Amino acid sequence: MHKIFTRSLVSSLVFLFTLTVSAVAKDVKAAFVYIGPTGDHGWTYQHDVGRKAVEAAGYETTYVEGVPESADAERVLRQLANSGHDVIFTTSFGYMNPTNKVAKEFPNVKFEHATGYKREHPNVSTYAARFYEGRAILGTIAGSMTKSNVIGYVASFPIPEVIRGINSFTLAAQKVNPNIKTKIVWAFTWYDPGKESEAAKALIDQGADIIAQHTDSTAIVQIAEKAGVYAFGQASDMDKFAPKAVLTSVENNWGPYYVERVKAVANGTWSQKDTWHGIGDGMVVISDLDSAIPSDLQKKVKKLQSDLASGKVHAFTGPIYDQKGNMMVAEGKTADDGMLAGMMTYVKGVEGDIPK
Amino acid sequence: MRLPLRNLECLWGEEKLIKIVKRDQPSRAIFFLTPILAIFLTLVAGGLIFYILGFKPFEALKFFFIVPIADNYGLSELLLKATPLCLIAIGLSFCFKSNNWNIGAEGQLTFGAIVSGGVALLFYDQEGFYILPIVILAGAIGGMLYASIPAILKTYFNTNEILVSLMLVYVSKLILDYLVVGPWSNPEGFNFPETRQFSDSARLPLLFEGLRIHAGIYLALAAVVISWFIFYKTFLGFQMKVSGFSLKTAKYAGYKGKKMIILVFLISGACAGLAGVGEITGPIGQLHREVSPDYGFTAIIVAFLGRLHPVGIIFASLVVAITYLGAETAQIFMQIPKYTGQVFQGMILFFLLASDYLLFFKFKFIGSKK
Repeated sequence: MHKIFTRSLVSSLVFLFTLTVSAVAKDVKAAFVYIGPTGDHGWTYQHDVGRKAVEAAGYETTYVEGVPESADAERVLRQLANSGHDVIFTTSFGYMNPTNKVAKEFPNVKFEHATGYKREHPNVSTYAARFYEGRAILGTIAGSMTKSNVIGYVASFPIPEVIRGINSFTLAAQKVNPNIKTKIVWAFTWYDPGKESEAAKALIDQGADIIAQHTDSTAIVQIAEKAGVYAFGQASDMDKFAPKAVLTSVENNWGPYYVERVKAVANGTWSQKDTWHGIGDGMVVISDLDSAIPSDLQKKVKKLQSDLASGKVHAFTGPIYDQKGNMMVAEGKTADDGMLAGMMTYVKGVEGDIPK
Repeated sequence: MRLPLRNLECLWGEEKLIKIVKRDQPSRAIFFLTPILAIFLTLVAGGLIFYILGFKPFEALKFFFIVPIADNYGLSELLLKATPLCLIAIGLSFCFKSNNWNIGAEGQLTFGAIVSGGVALLFYDQEGFYILPIVILAGAIGGMLYASIPAILKTYFNTNEILVSLMLVYVSKLILDYLVVGPWSNPEGFNFPETRQFSDSARLPLLFEGLRIHAGIYLALAAVVISWFIFYKTFLGFQMKVSGFSLKTAKYAGYKGKKMIILVFLISGACAGLAGVGEITGPIGQLHREVSPDYGFTAIIVAFLGRLHPVGIIFASLVVAITYLGAETAQIFMQIPKYTGQVFQGMILFFLLASDYLLFFKFKFIGSKK
């Protein structure tokens, strides 16, 4: 009897405690809208890791996965805004117009749109990561480790974000190995393991011995593992999918930003802004370097990483030339954010044309 | 879940109580009752799945099928979702009734959207009452053109329309991709894969302030009425029915098969094209890569669930539409994975096909021999 009494006392105390905790945290509820399944091990997976960080910080969260960028996105957003969520993160470019439209109807709900450029209402912020900083590190590794001097690159869509990544990667690779060529295959998808595999195979057939990717599935690193070439993981640490092939990965680390923004909503200090964070702010993270990378190169990479973080080195430092040899950035200068945001030309050393 | 063996023996053993007998004629009552049976079985199986996943089945079903349409806004969203499904399914029923297996409505929708979107973009900075009718017409023509490819190949080169129409779906999506990434992309849009927004004159008017349901629903209703008239009141409808039962009979009767094949494909394509118009000039307002979440494929389920009957298709489109809305609500409020919506659509079709067994066979009670 006594035992039961103590047990129930303890459990009710625990219950009371959780009740108070949740009463404090219940103030703010955050919602996340995902383009893919949370199990894609790429883009959506990493956003969901960020959501879990918000949850761990004591806030209630909701998510809806696999929301198409069709007319359905607007309904999901409105329903989330209508059902007591205070801040909604919309994590794909195609949600840009629906986000702004629904934001107009719900001025008291905050909206955070990833990778877009429209902030038509004071309750819409945008955020993105400077992935190109991570790609400068990949380029350095690739340029040093390639034997065929041909590096393959599976790209998604010809938008500035992706072009910027290709350029940053190629510039860094050229710095350590002026003879390299970057070959691009456009998959025209963010997530399609079949198409991505085909693209990777085509690049390997063309002599590429290192494959980089700007698409989200783990198919490419797995193809690389089978073909015995090196590859880099995208969005999350993909090492476990291809332990031999993956040299390192560029991880998208949204957690700190999400926690900061949800806290700002809770404290009433949230205001509209356009965030573009890189390695320095921890939004872009480089995974552990594989032991296949020689130790002197590892040191070099670590140094570059800390220099990019501190701002001592900029991934786009002149002189930079385009494919025709015209100067894009003069010697000693660095590209400003305006130029980076609208970057639509390849630098010298990238093969082929941007699809128009 | 296994049936006790004893009961089975009662059915099929020595002492037969119930016998399965082939019907002389498919039962008409069963024909219209099986869709309801299929929906009922889907609900039971769905509840069971929720239970196995650890959710309260009745609560989950409530969030799936009742909560999403509990207010005017929800009803408007239901109609918005059902409109393209109904429109496409009506078109498909012309093909399916006459034994033409048009699987490519998604492609016809996409191509209709491309043509009408292209016209809308021509007028992007203009206003005028004449713009919308041209845009709508362009969409119907686009769908018809695209549907004419499998029709002509079938009639003149004897190709299989299932394969041709299906593969053209992917072609249409690639054309759309190419256009929105390249020549038609918004010049001020940083090369993102989307076009400019259409002008207000190219948008279908909203029926109620603050709700998304738009005038496209009138197109769907018109299609329902016209198709009913054609199916049951015209010679063409009769021809389609005969061809559906037996192509040889139709030929023997001297019906011009080729003409009819092309006609039903054109009607089907026009309906799918109009559904595409409804999406881009209704809620979306521009062209981008994802104009339809596979409405063209889901409408095949709708057409069969509605028994290829115009009124049946109305109900079927509402039932299938709610699986989309319900999946979202269930994820928001109960954290049930959103993909269960597709599981429900699959189950409906599966149970419908399975219960079609009852169309041709019946259980006959004989009584014990003893």
